[in-house]
Amino acid sequence: MKRLSCPEVGEHVTAYLDDELADDARRALEEHTRGCADCTRHIAQFRATIAAMRDLPATSLSPVTRDRLLSAFRAARRR
Amino acid sequence: MGLPPDDVVAAALRAGDETMFAALLDTWSRGMLRLARSYVSTSDSAEEVVQDTWLAVIRGIDGFEGRSSVKTWVYRILVNTAKKRGARESRTVPWSSAFEGDGEPALDGAGPADDRSPLLPGWKDLPAAWSVPEGEILASEIRGRIAAALATLPARQRSVITLRDVEGCSSEEVCAILDISAANQRVLLHRARAAVRKRLEDYFEAMRR
Repeated sequence: MKRLSCPEVGEHVTAYLDDELADDARRALEEHTRGCADCTRHIAQFRATIAAMRDLPATSLSPVTRDRLLSAFRAARRR
Repeated sequence: MGLPPDDVVAAALRAGDETMFAALLDTWSRGMLRLARSYVSTSDSAEEVVQDTWLAVIRGIDGFEGRSSVKTWVYRILVNTAKKRGARESRTVPWSSAFEGDGEPALDGAGPADDRSPLLPGWKDLPAAWSVPEGEILASEIRGRIAAALATLPARQRSVITLRDVEGCSSEEVCAILDISAANQRVLLHRARAAVRKRLEDYFEAMRR
């Protein structure tokens, strides 16, 4: 099995987390990570970053715009 | 938040079903506002982009052929509308980095993905069980950091990470909405995630001291 360097692991984190690596590439990455605390931590940080982004607050459409769009829909479909 | 299948949605819109239109508005507009912000410079501008998109949807629903999902179709209209508006803004506002092509430089300190030292100083000292802490105060600090990181990203990276990680779209959906290849999607996503991670790393480093 090909041995990976830390930068190579870093390059493949997103593909790894998205489960897009081929089996041998995934095994090589996991093999490296088992012996490398830095890469383990790096991957954990990626995961935590992704999780944090799911919790961003969202802005809604303003009520004025929403009403305007509903009126536009009504008017267009009545024709 | 279950929308019915696409053929039902499209038929209801064509039939003038206002409840269905309102359901789409309420389900997708938040995500559309976020995505629009990848291309335009203010939230007001993003709101206008979303409004113009829905007006185009109203005009175009009879021509929707179901070759993509309704969501992809709507989001593609949004991206086109936002890009045009962003390009117009960039002619009046100095805003150089937002429309770079594939040759985007790696972000400074983007982590092991670039050629510099993969292991930034300070990494080794981080707590092993690194995770985003729960709780309101910390959460708001993290949100601020993430928002700041997103604001500095080139539009293409920002749109990909917004769709994938903030909105939870699949990579296939993102490729269809942005009309990019799977490989390109992954590269843009990786750079964007690396930049955001870097911002959070600083934060946890600062917290540790």
